[in-house]
Amino acid sequence: MVEQFAALIIVAPLIASLIVPLIGWRQKRLCYPWVVAVLVVPFICSLGVLNTVLTTGKFSYRLGGWAPPWGIEYAIDHLNAFVLVIVTFISLIIAVYSKKSVEKELAEEKIAPFYTLFLLLVTGLLGIVITGDVFNLFVFLEISSLSCYALIAIGEEGAPTAAFNYVILGTIAACFYLLGVGYLYIATGSLNMADLANILPSMYHSKVILVAFAFFTVSLAIKGGLFPLHTWLPDAYYTAPSVVSALIASLMTKVSAYVMIRVMFTVFQPHFSVDIVPVLPILGWMAVFAILFGGIKALAQTDLKRMLVYIVVAEVGYIIIGVSVANRMGLTGAILHIMNDAVMVACLFLIVGAIFYKTGTRDINKLHYLNKKMPFTMAAFTITALSMVGIPPACGFFSKWYLILGTIEAGQWVYAAALLCSSLINAVLFFRVIECAYLKPLNPVNAHTGETHMIQRDEAPLTMLAPIVIMAALVILLGMFSGNIISSIIQFAVPASF
Amino acid sequence: MLDYVISKYNFWIYVILMMIGLYAMIGKRNLIKKLIGMNIFQSAVILFYVSISVKAGATVPILSGHSYGHGELIEVAKYLNPLPHVLMLTAIVVSIATTGVALATLILIYRRYNTLEEDEILKIRRDTGV
Repeated sequence: MVEQFAALIIVAPLIASLIVPLIGWRQKRLCYPWVVAVLVVPFICSLGVLNTVLTTGKFSYRLGGWAPPWGIEYAIDHLNAFVLVIVTFISLIIAVYSKKSVEKELAEEKIAPFYTLFLLLVTGLLGIVITGDVFNLFVFLEISSLSCYALIAIGEEGAPTAAFNYVILGTIAACFYLLGVGYLYIATGSLNMADLANILPSMYHSKVILVAFAFFTVSLAIKGGLFPLHTWLPDAYYTAPSVVSALIASLMTKVSAYVMIRVMFTVFQPHFSVDIVPVLPILGWMAVFAILFGGIKALAQTDLKRMLVYIVVAEVGYIIIGVSVANRMGLTGAILHIMNDAVMVACLFLIVGAIFYKTGTRDINKLHYLNKKMPFTMAAFTITALSMVGIPPACGFFSKWYLILGTIEAGQWVYAAALLCSSLINAVLFFRVIECAYLKPLNPVNAHTGETHMIQRDEAPLTMLAPIVIMAALVILLGMFSGNIISSIIQFAVPASF
Repeated sequence: MLDYVISKYNFWIYVILMMIGLYAMIGKRNLIKKLIGMNIFQSAVILFYVSISVKAGATVPILSGHSYGHGELIEVAKYLNPLPHVLMLTAIVVSIATTGVALATLILIYRRYNTLEEDEILKIRRDTGV
């Protein structure tokens, strides 16, 4: 039974996405409950899969019953079971949140197509994570990217231009990935990751393999938005509707980082990525610049969402630094940060969506008295902000701690300095917002009469508030239990040779 | 050198087409030209895949009914490798879908700005302060 869960994770949202237009054709209101109900299935399945992996170790699912090197295989180990749970959970939470926000930001006839694309995007992301076949990964990569382009294009002013730029760069990335797959296929005659991992070591010095690896790296750096290949990212994530921004900002870049870890340390042996190709120092320095550039650009913004978008650019750098130091501590930090960052970024974007829903503005300087208007939302914002800065017991502290330990172990002091510097920048960034929202005169004074008047509480609707509060609670809970998560899951997810 | 180029001419063409596509995507300022560049780029990749399945003196991989499943061995060298072709069917579908999405966004852009020249769009966006 549990073996079938692996297939259900993909099949359930894929088939459900095709049914959404039919439902939307008859009853638009039913799209939302349908999508939420459907997304519960992959979440439960991924928990089941994670449980199986934890008790019996890694297993694989043969699609259509074909044996692995020829057929497509879903290979599930600790790393992708862990990422699957993150992706399914966050997409479920965002689906719950989406109701009011979508009704406000999109025209009514776009709601059914929106939910179709939403489910397709989730299908694509889950497929990328679960598959054990490099070409199947390309197909899912394109499913997620195509639905992502369309979802961005229905956003606000400037969205189509941003989406078109993303289409062009995303296609370059996808074609590079495909070329990488082709070069590996020429050399090995196989597309299965486990099979490739067995065949490749004997030809590590072949130029074909080196070129394939270069194509993979560039492609995933573009998809993941790693500086300086991030140029499509800020506009695309900024102009997308709030719900879409939350989904893609928290998951797309993390899934790309996952694929990078997968390609570098599973398809290729760690020994190849570390010793034979000097790619890790390059990625590491790109990540350092990503962190500094993202932080500085974020400081220059007065729009809350644009600020977050540049923080996402910086956060990609965190994960890549963890990968580039290539030791156990660093990779533990990177994998832990995939989870923590997905939760934190999703929470922040959901909060910005709620603020925009209620006040109609995202300007940091217009957030006065928001602590009175939206007390729960702002409390959640403060918790997440503390986590982004890296204050225990919030989860952001722990992943940053492991990342810094990793950089110190590798003797990369510049990386460590960049991480610490980024904490300081985040502190400035978020306290600027918190100051505007909290630390203003107690009650506004009416300019004409000189009287003070009370601010009415005007909190976001429950379908938006509940996901925000759950995410903020998770930020604390994941921090408190990060020791357990590392000892039971992540230490097995890090390649054994480290 | 010339022999080397001619003997592998399909790969050279793939590289040249890919560079043309890449140049169009980066260098051209008209969005439709960028889109066409993208299509050339994707076609180049398809050409590359089709090239790698070719074997000298081999034929299309269709097995006649008698030779299959009756203990007769199939000589692999006699048939082209069908797998890259199958992969490219998927890639062609993907590229059509990408083109479709890109064209749809171009329609949205044209409706909003009444032009598809990148410079003019940037100018309009600067003037309106967005």
